[in-house]
Amino acid sequence: MGIFETLSFALPELVLVIGAMALLIAGVFLGDGSARQISLGSVVLLLIAVILVIFGPGAPAAALFDGAFRIDAFSDFAKVIIFAAAAVAILMSDRFLGGEELGRPEYPVLIVLAAFGMSLMVSATDLISLYMGVETQSLALYILAAFNRDSRRSTEAGLKYFVLGALSSCLLLYGASLIYGFTGATSFEAIAAASKTTESNIGLVIGLVFLISGLAFKVSAAPFHMWTPDVYEGAPTPVTAFFSAAPKLAAMALFTRTMVTSFPGVIDDWQPVIALIAVASMAVGAFSAIVQTNIKRLMAYSSIGHMGYALIGLAAGTATGASAVLIYMSIYVAMTIGAFACILMMRRRGGMTENIADLSGLFRTNMPFALILTVLMFSLAGIPFTAGFFGKWYIFVAAVQSDLIWLAIVGVFASAISAYYYLRIIWYMWFDEPAPAFERDVGPVLRLTAWASALLMFPVLVIFMGPLRQAAENAAASLF
Amino acid sequence: MADIGLGHYLTVAAILFAIGMAGIFINRKNVIVILMSIELMLLAVNINLVAFSQFLGDLTGQVFAFMVLTVAAAEAAVGLAILVAYFRNRGDIAVEDANLMKN
Repeated sequence: MGIFETLSFALPELVLVIGAMALLIAGVFLGDGSARQISLGSVVLLLIAVILVIFGPGAPAAALFDGAFRIDAFSDFAKVIIFAAAAVAILMSDRFLGGEELGRPEYPVLIVLAAFGMSLMVSATDLISLYMGVETQSLALYILAAFNRDSRRSTEAGLKYFVLGALSSCLLLYGASLIYGFTGATSFEAIAAASKTTESNIGLVIGLVFLISGLAFKVSAAPFHMWTPDVYEGAPTPVTAFFSAAPKLAAMALFTRTMVTSFPGVIDDWQPVIALIAVASMAVGAFSAIVQTNIKRLMAYSSIGHMGYALIGLAAGTATGASAVLIYMSIYVAMTIGAFACILMMRRRGGMTENIADLSGLFRTNMPFALILTVLMFSLAGIPFTAGFFGKWYIFVAAVQSDLIWLAIVGVFASAISAYYYLRIIWYMWFDEPAPAFERDVGPVLRLTAWASALLMFPVLVIFMGPLRQAAENAAASLF
Repeated sequence: MADIGLGHYLTVAAILFAIGMAGIFINRKNVIVILMSIELMLLAVNINLVAFSQFLGDLTGQVFAFMVLTVAAAEAAVGLAILVAYFRNRGDIAVEDANLMKN
C-alpha cells in the first residue's frame, strides 16, 4: 500500500491535527478576542472528522502503519461518539468561559488535540501507538484541568492530575516494557500469538498487571481513582464536563481492545483482576458519593461507579461483553454530558453554585430544569425504563453468560445503594423548601444539550435501542 | 567476575523504578522532587526496553525507548508549566499544602 493510500485511512486524524495547528496559529495572530471564532472552527473540524469517519472507506484490507493503527467498526463507533462529545463540550464551554474571562483560543484547540489523542487510542493496535495515543490525550487534558491559571483550585487540580497521570503512564510503560521483553513483540497480534504458546509466563503476567494498573488509572477505576474527585472539583466546570465524557469512553475502548485482542490466551490471569477492580470501583462509587455535598464531586464518584459497571462487561471477555461495554459507555457519555449541562445551568447572580443543597425546591422555581435533571438522575441510577437501565441490563447479561453471576449480583446491589444518592437529589428538587432561583437566561446551547440528553435517556434511546445495539455488536465483532 | 546479563539490567531498572515510586509517595516537601522521580521511572523503563531489545536482537525496543524519551521531554515541559502556574497562585510548592479540596 502506498503512503497516500495508507494516509487516506487516517484522514479524520489528519484533519484534526492539521486543523488544530492552523487554528492555533490563527488564534495567536488574532489574539484573545478570537476565542469564539476559534471555538466554532474547532467544532467544524470535529464535525468534519465525524463525517469522514462515518462515510470513510471503512476497514482496509491490509494492516496500516505496520500494524500499529487499525480502522475497524470498533474504532469507528468510538470515534464518532468521541468527536461528537468533544464538539458538544466546546459548545457548552462558550458562555461559562466568557463569563469567567477565560475565553482564550487555546481552549478549543486543546480539546481538538485531546480528541486527536483519543482517536489514536481507540485505533491503537501496538504498545507504542497505545502509549503515544494515551500521552497525546493526557498532555492536553493536564493543561485543560489547570486552564483557569489564576485560580488556586484549578492549578492544584492540574498539578494533581499531572503527577498522578504521569505516575500511571510510568506504570503502563513499565508493564509494556515487560510485555515486550517476555513476548518479543509490541503489536497486539504478535503478543496474542506469543501469549498463547508460552505457558504460565510469569514476566508477562507481571507486565500485564502493571499495564492494567495504568489503564485502570486512565478510566478512573478504584483503587486508582484518587485523582478523580479532586480534578473534577478543581477544574473549571466545562472542562470537567469534557473529562467525564469523551476521555472515559476512549480509555475504556482502549482498555477493551488491549485486553481482548492481545491477551485472549491469558484471560484466566486477567479476568479476576478486572473483576476485582470492577467490584472496588462500584463500592467506592456507591458509598463515597453518599456523603458528598458538592455536585461535581458527586459526579466524580458517580463516574467511578459507572466505570465499575463497564468493567464488568470487560471482565466477561466475550463479544457480548465488549458490545455491552460500548452500549454502556455511549449511554453514559450522553447522560453525563446532560448532567453537566444542568450543572452549568446552576448559576445565580454572583456566579456558579456547586452545592447539591442549591437544587432544593427546583421543581417550584424552575420546573423544566427539574424535569430534565430528574430524568437524568433516574437514568444515572439505572431505574427501569430509562436508557441507563438498559445499559446496566446488557452488562449484567454479559456477565451471567460468562459465568460471572456473583459479579452481576454485586453490580445489582451496588446500583441499589447508589440509587440512594441519585434519588436524594430528586427528593431535594421536588419536596424541599425552595432555595433562591437560578438565573433563567442560560443560553440556547446548554438548554438544548440538557433537553436532548434527557430526551435521549427517555424515551428516544429506549425506542432506538435496537440500532444502537446492532452498531455496538458489529463494533465488538471486529475485535474477535 | 560474572558476565553482566539481562537479569542485571532488569534488576537495576526495577530498583530505579521502585526508587522513583518511593520518591513520589514518601516525599512531602517539594513538587520538583516528584518531577524528578517521574523522570527516573521513565528512564528505568528505557533501561528495560533497551536491555530487552539487545537481548532479543530486535530493534523495536530501541524505537520505543526513543518515543519514551520524546514524550518524557514533552511531559516535563507541561509539568513545569503547570507547576509555575501553581507557584504563582500559592507562593510555594510544598506537597503537603496541596489540599484545597477535601471530602
